[in-house]
Amino acid sequence: MLTNPLTKNIGPENIAADIERYRESGGYRGWSKALEMAPGDIVKMVQDGGLRGRGGAGFNTGLKWSFVPRGADSPSIKYLVCNADEMEPGTFKDRLLMERDPHLLIEGMAIAAYAIGAHTAYIFIRGEYHLAAERLEQAIDEARQEGLLGNSIRGTEFSLEIFVHRSAGNYICGEETALLNALEGKRAVPRAKPPFPQVSGLWGKPTVVNNVETLCNIPNLIEHGIDWYRSLGRGEDAGSKLFGVSGRVKNPGTWELPMGTPIREIIEQHAGGMCDGYQLKGFLPGGGSTDFLGPDHLDLPMDYDVIGKAGSRMGTGTIIVLDDHTCPVGLVLNLTRFFARESCGWCTPCRDGLPWAVQILERLENGEGVPEDLDLLREQARRMGPGNTFCALAPGAAEPIQSALKLFEQDFIDHVMHGCCPFEKVAEASAAV
Amino acid sequence: MTSMIEPEVVELMERSNKHPSTAEAQLTEAEIEEIEREFSRYEDKASVGLEALRIVQKHRGWISDETLRAVSNFLQIPVAQLESVATYFQLIFRQPVGKEVILLCKSASCWIMGCSRLQQKLQNKLQIAPGQTTADGIFTLLETPCLGDCDKAPVMMVGEEMHRNLTDESIDKIIENKKAHHADQSPD
Repeated sequence: MLTNPLTKNIGPENIAADIERYRESGGYRGWSKALEMAPGDIVKMVQDGGLRGRGGAGFNTGLKWSFVPRGADSPSIKYLVCNADEMEPGTFKDRLLMERDPHLLIEGMAIAAYAIGAHTAYIFIRGEYHLAAERLEQAIDEARQEGLLGNSIRGTEFSLEIFVHRSAGNYICGEETALLNALEGKRAVPRAKPPFPQVSGLWGKPTVVNNVETLCNIPNLIEHGIDWYRSLGRGEDAGSKLFGVSGRVKNPGTWELPMGTPIREIIEQHAGGMCDGYQLKGFLPGGGSTDFLGPDHLDLPMDYDVIGKAGSRMGTGTIIVLDDHTCPVGLVLNLTRFFARESCGWCTPCRDGLPWAVQILERLENGEGVPEDLDLLREQARRMGPGNTFCALAPGAAEPIQSALKLFEQDFIDHVMHGCCPFEKVAEASAAV
Repeated sequence: MTSMIEPEVVELMERSNKHPSTAEAQLTEAEIEEIEREFSRYEDKASVGLEALRIVQKHRGWISDETLRAVSNFLQIPVAQLESVATYFQLIFRQPVGKEVILLCKSASCWIMGCSRLQQKLQNKLQIAPGQTTADGIFTLLETPCLGDCDKAPVMMVGEEMHRNLTDESIDKIIENKKAHHADQSPD
């Protein structure tokens, strides 16, 4: 039984699977099957398969598609957009999929576009991913030449063009409505919701925005069916997922594993455990905008709701490990500086709150903090939380701050008590020896 | 994090307020052809703004005021609208940059793996701070959000090339190689 649908064509060498190699392993069979199905049945199949968005939010993909108006009186123009603006700190999974198996994404997009009735689709890719963009353009050309894209695909009435749009930086483009503004040639500020993009998105037309990895799940789900797809997961959630680990572990990397794989297994077996002389102090389970979890949480399975109940988010599923030699205040300062710089400046809690949080954290890290700073920072994180801002950037930024204050409170207090960063002192002492 | 405006920038703004320039560059045939190719992919001309800036920047290295006006005129969108896009995206350069733009990743994983120390090393070697260009015009150093190669941290990009698992030694080598490359290319 196929257990690695996302990475089956990815070998050790840094080459992209071309269309021949892709087809040898069953490529474009899902697309052929989809073309014989009614679009509504595909939406239902994806919904029942239990595929949840791999960009971080974890929303049921088929359900998202089902909000697109369909039928004779629905708008004739609809769009599909692939969010390939991978920029979440500590996230390195979509790059792998696009560079090494670009046809998997193209096939997933073709099926998704057919399911929602879109004839134009865009891959919104970050400007720094040159190799991925080139390989995707080549894959699109190959698919066009074989009549898998273009006009009257496989003798049907369905036509589809896929274009690669290279962006030029800015984390906020990962937010789907900001991304749509950027595609329209505007400043990438988020839009008010509702209306949701599925009703009024790109150029005011119904639009679905899906993450790269989400779309890469589609071809095999359609080809092998719901039961197979659901059976891939070890816990509550269906399918497999790219999990990654970075930080001071012996073997940092990315692996396709069943949903519901325990965190301990990912860090200790696949990532080889901590580097010699280092202990795990905590970790961010799914990128920079998720809450820290601690050693007590290592036995949790990586399922969306389980990680949610533990007080964090599975996010992108790429784990950043914090070791016992690295200062948690310094790490939170690094993350908060990043979010402050990437704020689009549209709403006050984010535009003003993040730089304020940076100032408090700088004070603490430099040993100039006072005991009241901890409460001030807590209050600041709360004010940037859900419901107070226009989009999810500031609430995401608040997650590592609020959780670090809980999990590593003693480290924050030590910075105030010692009037310096205790971790720097240790580093200096060991460097002097 | 306070937004400091450099005195030179203030001077420049005051000067341009007193003597607004209306000079406009000419787009080349090659640039126009590439921009026009994009038109068919988008619903309207205004949407091609970022693509057009990227195309022109590829040819000219950066976007001057004159170039910005030429692009806005060609796309028939207000120059202020195009400027709002040009200044928003960090990979569109509104100031001259060196032949090699270094994007140094400063994100969480690279920070844990010691990018701050490497940045110091790089700055000492190049004798510039982030946002500046070396006196010989070869390198511009920029800090960048996560480059998505975190299992090989610390990382940086030089031009379109990724450099992974950076060390003091590898940074020396990368910079020296680039210097030698550009020395070979110079006419004298």
